[in-house]
Amino acid sequence: MAIQEAKSGRFIDNLGKVYALYTLGFLVFFAFMALLEKMGMGAQAIGIGFLMFTIAIYAVIGWLSRTAEVDAYYVAGREVPALYNGMATAADWMSGASFVALAGGVYFGGYPYLGYIVGWTGGYVLVNSLMAPYLRKFGCYTVPDFVGTRYGGNVARLCAVIILVVASFTYVTAQINATGTIAAQTLGIPFEFGVWLGLIGIFICSMLGGMRGVTWTQVAQYIVLIIAYLVPIIWMSNKQGFGIIPHFSYGEAVHRIAELEAQYGLKPALEAIPGVSVLVNPANAPEGKGWAMVSLAICMMAGTASLPHILMRYFTTPSVRSARRSVGWSLLFIFLLYFSAPALATLTKLQLLDPNLPTSVIGKAFEEVSNLEWVKHWSSVGMLAVADQNGDGIVQLNEFFMRPDIVVLATPEIAGLPYVISGLVAAGGLAAAMSTADGLLLAIANALSHDLYYKMIDPKADTRRRLIVARVLLLFIGAAAALVASLKLTGILGAVAWAFDFACSGLFFPLVLGIWWKRANTEGAIAGMVAGFVSGSLYLYLVFNKIMTPWFGLDDVRFGIVGMTVSLVAMVVVTLMTRAPSKEIQDMVDEVRIPSGKTILAAGH
Amino acid sequence: MPSKDAGAMDRHWEKTRNLTFLVLAVWALFAIILPSMASTLNATTFLGFPLGYYMSVQGSLIVFVALIWFQNWRQDKIDDEFGVGGE
Repeated sequence: MAIQEAKSGRFIDNLGKVYALYTLGFLVFFAFMALLEKMGMGAQAIGIGFLMFTIAIYAVIGWLSRTAEVDAYYVAGREVPALYNGMATAADWMSGASFVALAGGVYFGGYPYLGYIVGWTGGYVLVNSLMAPYLRKFGCYTVPDFVGTRYGGNVARLCAVIILVVASFTYVTAQINATGTIAAQTLGIPFEFGVWLGLIGIFICSMLGGMRGVTWTQVAQYIVLIIAYLVPIIWMSNKQGFGIIPHFSYGEAVHRIAELEAQYGLKPALEAIPGVSVLVNPANAPEGKGWAMVSLAICMMAGTASLPHILMRYFTTPSVRSARRSVGWSLLFIFLLYFSAPALATLTKLQLLDPNLPTSVIGKAFEEVSNLEWVKHWSSVGMLAVADQNGDGIVQLNEFFMRPDIVVLATPEIAGLPYVISGLVAAGGLAAAMSTADGLLLAIANALSHDLYYKMIDPKADTRRRLIVARVLLLFIGAAAALVASLKLTGILGAVAWAFDFACSGLFFPLVLGIWWKRANTEGAIAGMVAGFVSGSLYLYLVFNKIMTPWFGLDDVRFGIVGMTVSLVAMVVVTLMTRAPSKEIQDMVDEVRIPSGKTILAAGH
Repeated sequence: MPSKDAGAMDRHWEKTRNLTFLVLAVWALFAIILPSMASTLNATTFLGFPLGYYMSVQGSLIVFVALIWFQNWRQDKIDDEFGVGGE
C-alpha cells in the first residue's frame, strides 16, 4: 500500500509531463496516418487505425489506474488537481450528443436549438454557485449519499437512487448508441456488434479503477475530442477564406446563408424519406421563437445542475476551493467546443448552399451530385439521400436529404478534406461518447453499490465485498444499457434531453434547498422528489403519445419545467406543514456553508 | 470543525449569499432575458453578426465563463477575510 501511495503521488506530480507527452504522441500518430494516406492507404484502414490506437491507450490508462481502495474507487482518492478535473469533467460532459449531434441540430433546427448551447454552458453557473462547493464540503461519495445524510432516512435516499438510475440510464443508452454507430461506420461492422465492441472499451476504463481510472482516461479523451473537433473547423475555414480562427469572422457567412435561404426558398420535401430531413428552418430567425429557446435552455441548465455524474466529479478534488476552481476550468474547456459548434454548422451549410464554392450541391445537376464520392458513401448507409422529386434534373434545397446526426462526421468529406481528418473526427466522437458512458455507468453502479447495497442492505459489508458488488453491477448495467441501445428507441439528442428533464424534475429543488433552506425537512424532500419526478414523467408520457396537447409549447424535450414547478411547490408546502428538522441537521447545514475544516462525512464511510 | 464564533460565520454567510444572488442575477440576464429578446437585438449587428444571434452562440457563453471565474475570485477573498479559505 505504501508503495502504491508513493507511486500515485509521483503520478500526480508529473501530470503535466505525462499528458504533454501523450498529446505529442497522438499528434505524431496523426501525422503518421496522414503520411500513410499519401502513400495510398485506404480509408477503412485509416479509420480502424484511429479507433484501435485510441482505445488501446484508454485501456492502458484504465489498467494502470486499477485500485482496491474505497476512496480511490469512489472519488479518485480526492487528489485530482482542479485543471485536470476540469478536463475530465469536460469529457464526461461532452457526450456523443454534443460532439456528433449538436452542430447538426443547429444546422437543421435553427434558433431554438441554440437553447442546448446556452443551457449546457449556463448550467455551470448554477453548479458553481448553488451546488459544487457545498456538496464537496459534505464529503459524500454519491449524490444520493448527500440526500440520505442531509434529510436522513432510507426513503429519501432510495428516491434519489431511483431518479439517478432513471436519468442516467436514459442518458447512457444514447451514448452507447453513439459508440455503436461510430464503431459500425468506421469498422464496417453491423451496428449491434459495434455496440458491444464499444461497451468492452468502456468496461476496460472503469471496471478496475472506478473513479480513478475514469478520471485519467477522461483527461486523455478530452484531449482527443477537442483536437478532433477544432481541426476540421480551422481547416475548412482556411479553405473558405474566413481566416485561421473562424469564430469571430463568420458573421458574414450567417448573412450570406440568410440570403441564400430566401433565394432557394425553405420548403418541405414533396415526398418525405424516412430517417433523413431537408432544411426547412432558417439559420437565424428568432421571431416568436424566444420562448422555445429559453424553455429548452432552462431545462438544460437545471438538468446540468442535477445530473449526478457531473456533480460527483467535483467530489474528487482536494478541497472546496479547488472544487470551485475546477468548475471554472470545466466550463472553459466545454466552452471551446460549444462556441465552435454553431461555427461548424454555419460553415458546412455554406459549403453546400453557396453556388460560388466548388463544394456546393444545391442548384447543381442531379446527375453530377449523385455521383459525388461522399454522397454515394453516406447514401449507401441510408443517412443521406438526393432525390429529383420535381423531375427537373436540378438539385433543389428540398431535394437534398440528410440525417442531422451526421453533419459533424460527414463535414470533412463534404469540404473535400483528406480522409485522415474523418478518421480523427471518428476517434473524437468515440472519445466523447465513451467518456460520458464511463461517467454515467460509474454513477449508476456507485449509487447502487454504495447507497442501496452498503448503506441500506448490508451496512457491515467489508471494503472488498463493496467493491466487488460495484464491479458486478457495472457489468450488469452496461450490458442492460447495450441491449436497450441496440433496440434504437429514440434519436441521440432526444434521449439526452430526456435525461436532463428527468434529473431536474426530481433532484433540482431537493438538492438546492437542502443547502440553501435550513428549514427543508425529510418529508418535504421526499414529496419534492416523488411529486416532481412522477408529474414530469406523466407529462412526458401524455405529450409524447399525443394523448394531450402540450402546455405553453412545452413538448417532450421540455417537460422538466413542469416537473420542477410541481417539485418546488410540493416540497415547500409539505415542509411547512411538517416539523422543522432537528438541531443537529440545522447545525450540519451551517457547517456545510463554511468552506474550510473537516467534511461532514468521514473518509472511507 | 473550526471553532469560529457564530457572529463571524453569519457575516461570512451573508456575504457569500449576496455574492451568489448577484451572480444569479447576471446569469438570469444572459441566460434567460437576452436570449428571449433575440429578435429585437437582431436589429443591431456586432462583429458582423446579428446581435441576438451572436449573444446566443457566443456572447452569453463568454459571460458565463467570466462570471464563474469572477465569482470564485470574490468568494476566495470573502473566505480569506474570515480565515476559512484554507486549501
